[in-house]
Amino acid sequence: MVENNVFDISALNVWYGEKQVLKDINIEIKANCVTALIGPSGCGKSTFLRCLNRMNDFIPEFHLEGKIINNGTDLYAQKIDPIEIRRDIGMVFQKPNPFPKSVYKNITFGLNIFGVKDTEKLDKIVEDSLRKAALWDEVKDDLNRSALSFSGGQQQRLCIARAIAVNPKVILFDEPCSALDPIATGKIEDLITELKKDYTVVIVTHNMQQAARISDFTGFFMLGELAEFDKTKKIFTDPSNKVTEDYITGRFG
Amino acid sequence: MTRKAYHKELRELEKKLLNMGAMAVKAVEGSVEALSNNDIKAAKNIILNDHFINKERFDIEEECLLVIATQQPVATDLRSLAAILSVITDLERIADHAEGIAKICVMNNMKPLVKPLIDIPKMTEKAVNMLQECLTAFVERDIEAAKMICDEDDVVDDLYNQVYKECIMLMIDNPKVIEGATFLLWVAHNLERIADRVTNIAERVAFMVNGKMEELNTSNY
Repeated sequence: MVENNVFDISALNVWYGEKQVLKDINIEIKANCVTALIGPSGCGKSTFLRCLNRMNDFIPEFHLEGKIINNGTDLYAQKIDPIEIRRDIGMVFQKPNPFPKSVYKNITFGLNIFGVKDTEKLDKIVEDSLRKAALWDEVKDDLNRSALSFSGGQQQRLCIARAIAVNPKVILFDEPCSALDPIATGKIEDLITELKKDYTVVIVTHNMQQAARISDFTGFFMLGELAEFDKTKKIFTDPSNKVTEDYITGRFG
Repeated sequence: MTRKAYHKELRELEKKLLNMGAMAVKAVEGSVEALSNNDIKAAKNIILNDHFINKERFDIEEECLLVIATQQPVATDLRSLAAILSVITDLERIADHAEGIAKICVMNNMKPLVKPLIDIPKMTEKAVNMLQECLTAFVERDIEAAKMICDEDDVVDDLYNQVYKECIMLMIDNPKVIEGATFLLWVAHNLERIADRVTNIAERVAFMVNGKMEELNTSNY
């Protein structure tokens, strides 16, 4: 069903200079699902993720061919403003990167850029975003406290709240738990499972088990190609591709 | 508590196990009831329904494997899943024994039973009671209850010996009843095996709780 796809990606090829890093990727990403991208280092999964909100535009010699259609819009069409895209398609990075400002200002930063000034409205968005990020109860008593004074797990949830605040439709996660301990990781994983009710989630993870735990669909990348893409339960119980099986069973990679 | 979705999956699996247990109980009770009423139609229904119990077993098995593959359970959770995988096999076999009793009812083909059923209903009640208590012990992780259930297996074995002796005597006295007496022996044997299967389940309860794999019934049978 086309209307359920947030992304329709076809014949996607990407180069950094002469080096081709993604080869003929065709994939559909479903709305309100968690799609995980796994594969060995250098397989192209992060490059692929960053194509989805044009984060690769900053990389010199980046060159893309093919189509990435997001809800009917060609993301790489001439008239498209990448800033607007990133409003709809937020991103959370490997290392928590809150601004050296208060919790409140971290959440309202993007909203201020987009011209939201109404304090009452901002207060509500701050509370809603922090609640959705399962952080409200831990920070509500002192929203003016510096974001940098919180633990890594809390900072990561703050970054998720910051991403949510601008009301995106998609949230991209680039290894969001690799700097966190198992408890903080568990909280983020629970949160991602909750978030898919309201958002579409695409996550790159080095942790295959994490992909298995939280995702509905999994894409296995290998040497720049999408070796297999299927329902997560299929990939982890009966993969179609021998290379996928060898990777997830630890026979290589 | 973190990993809510995973813990919910574990709870769901346990619910399905209990449901399968209830199906097995119904099959056992129904099969002996069909026999005592000489009700071939009811017996045939039990034979047909065994398919659904088998299916339930495969569904639960598949879900267990999925949880193991995707959630990386460890410690108590891993033992619980291993226990569930073992228990569903026992429940499926218990239902097969019930099916066996129902088949005997069909084979008997409405002929009057060679003797009134006295000990067989007692065996049924005891075996079913053991199974129900065992499933409760499973849910409550009650190792003491599990051990007591294993001791109760001796009662079922005693009753089986009683039926065995009685049937042998009937056959010696009157060779014309050999077939009918053999039917009752098979029924009693099925019930005795059901109680044995329940002790297997009880052992899995203990394994879940303390991680030890050991036989709990140490009687002479």
